Amino acid sequence: MANEGLNTAVSGEYELGFEIDIETDIIEPGLDVDTLKFISKKKEEPAWMLDLRIKALKKWETMIEPHWAHLDYTPIDYQSISYFAAPKEQIDSLDEVDPKILEAYEKLGISLDEQKQLAGVKVAVDAVVDSVSVKTTYSAELEKHGVIFCSISEAIRDYPELVKKYMFSVVPMADNYFAALNSAVFTDGTFVYIPKGVRCPMELSTYFRINAMNTGQFERTLIIADEGSHVSYNEGCSAPTRDDHQLHAAVVELVILKDAEIKYSTIQNWYPGDETGKGGIYNFVTKRAICEGENAKVSWTQVETGSAITWKYPSCILKGDNSVGEFYSVAVTTLAQQADTGTKMIHIGKNTKSTIISKGISAMKGQNTYRGLVKINSSAVGARNYSECDSLLIGSECGAHTFPYLESKDTQGQVEHEATTSKISDDQLFYLRQRGITEEDAVSMIVHGFCKQVFSQLPMEYAVEAKALLELTLEGSVG
Amino acid sequence: MSITMKIENLEAKIGDKQILKGLNLELEPGKVHAIMGPNGAGKSTLSKAIVGHYDIEVLGGDITYKGKSIIEMEAEERALEGIFLSFQHPVEIPGVNNAYFLRTALNAKRKHQGKEELNAAEFLREMKGHLEMLGMKSDMISRSLNEGFSGGEKKRNEILQMLILEPEVIILDEIDSGLDIDALRQVSEGINRMKDGKRTFLVITHYSRILDYIEPDYIHVLKDGKVIKTAGPELVPYLEEHGYDGIKED
Repeated sequence: MANEGLNTAVSGEYELGFEIDIETDIIEPGLDVDTLKFISKKKEEPAWMLDLRIKALKKWETMIEPHWAHLDYTPIDYQSISYFAAPKEQIDSLDEVDPKILEAYEKLGISLDEQKQLAGVKVAVDAVVDSVSVKTTYSAELEKHGVIFCSISEAIRDYPELVKKYMFSVVPMADNYFAALNSAVFTDGTFVYIPKGVRCPMELSTYFRINAMNTGQFERTLIIADEGSHVSYNEGCSAPTRDDHQLHAAVVELVILKDAEIKYSTIQNWYPGDETGKGGIYNFVTKRAICEGENAKVSWTQVETGSAITWKYPSCILKGDNSVGEFYSVAVTTLAQQADTGTKMIHIGKNTKSTIISKGISAMKGQNTYRGLVKINSSAVGARNYSECDSLLIGSECGAHTFPYLESKDTQGQVEHEATTSKISDDQLFYLRQRGITEEDAVSMIVHGFCKQVFSQLPMEYAVEAKALLELTLEGSVG
Repeated sequence: MSITMKIENLEAKIGDKQILKGLNLELEPGKVHAIMGPNGAGKSTLSKAIVGHYDIEVLGGDITYKGKSIIEMEAEERALEGIFLSFQHPVEIPGVNNAYFLRTALNAKRKHQGKEELNAAEFLREMKGHLEMLGMKSDMISRSLNEGFSGGEKKRNEILQMLILEPEVIILDEIDSGLDIDALRQVSEGINRMKDGKRTFLVITHYSRILDYIEPDYIHVLKDGKVIKTAGPELVPYLEEHGYDGIKED
């Protein structure tokens, strides 16, 4: 019945697949010490950073690509990738960004012109194209509050003490294969420091755009929330439609000190490839937060709709007593997409609390896996966790898998886990259609209902964007 | 005499089983038609065939509504044209706010009729009286659609949808099942309020209890996929006493 129309209804077009027509400086594919020297020189980095990069590369060379995830792909040829690409005529002055880039960002719905933003909903943006940050808005205004918001390259030059202290402190250099690769070749990303007691006066965001062909994007983000501070940070991303796979291997480190809070939201919309699995981004990302001090709080919210492959487990180390970690996720796989995503909650401090809400949606040939670890150390007296993992299947060729792992050394800890798998039922669709609602609207209504708990965690304008994106991903024209 | 809906020689199957075997029925404007019959006679199949349910495969015959065949129409088109089914078992849809659903349905209908869509405030104003009449608490519409609703709440919610959408042909499939006496009275009041001399009701029921509240104009007895008898309300007490076996085909 309804399923006939359903496949066309869930193979939505990728609307952000355009290419920015700019000249690009790109180095020859290949990865060795010279590549790192080139990157480090381009970034005008101090010698200590290059030394760290080389150390990371040496470690990476001893490691092997992991294949334990529920993902099927041919091993990546790391020597065939170019590790640095930047729009030409990149000039330090912020006023001289190539108009074509500004235009492209406008097209993505992001204004890099501070004057053009609506009053009241200021969002500071770091715009990263391929390997470089092209512009960071509102830096001056944020500086008045003591907030540092700049590209990681600038931070390495201008705030070396902070970078040396915190970079690799949450995700060690050789934490895993992709993190080690990133540590060697990372090119740009965002650096944020919120000083003691400051509530960041606006939303901060980074928008990552892969544009050049045959490159990977390896960004690194470091956010430090000093004691009693608060920040809400959002990241978005997209890439042109291309026949080849492109690699994105990022590292995000969050440090939350006593009484501080970071809310980190992601709307991931990398090019997903086509329905036969041709093209699309390979997204191998390591994201981790540490709640260092008492009462620290971190919340990860992610809406994952893009990428051919997603391998990503934003995690929380709850070290401070009474610290709180949250993970809210919607992962959509349609076409031939595969996602293996989830979280790790490591309870170390007393009375630490974690919440996991994961919603997986699979359609067409999409494969969706939730993989999560809740670990309660013996020191974590009174720790609590609540996990809820729900899967929604649309059609009969897709799959949903759930792998919850639990390690508890504290006998007093409370751990609750609930998991459901449901199908959009023909009865649900018919009920809505009998009330005059089209099949397409009915599907989107059911899917939105399913995702509600997660969307309600997003800042308002991003929730609107996430809903629209979901609609776009799951809806085409019903035939 | 004008006819709202005409079902001619309808044959339909569900899966491999033919259920309707040449069913004929005419529905008149402003009248209440009760369909009665034993289990398995094809009562629910008939209602599903009228609304275009995916379970049904029509093998032959025709259904015309306001002079046009609707056999080839999509379910949502039939709904927008004014055919409404109150489900026997309304399905639960988690996370979908009831008010949002109701407003979407109403606005789909208004759009179809070329009317302005209602905003949230206008919509809530429309709802208020209906909720009171049906004895529904106002929080019912802020809950998820049918999720965790009791049997009575689900049926009230069906009637609420009927009141809002103002359909022209209203099919009530076992509307009284699962209702206590108070709920039955409120639901019936909602239904009776919709009687305006033009709307047509098709009341599908096992038991005659509901017919004490919604007075039928015609009783059609359905057996083995056909209407075997059509009579006035005087047939009800006879059926109560003798059951369906004693009915002779017209």
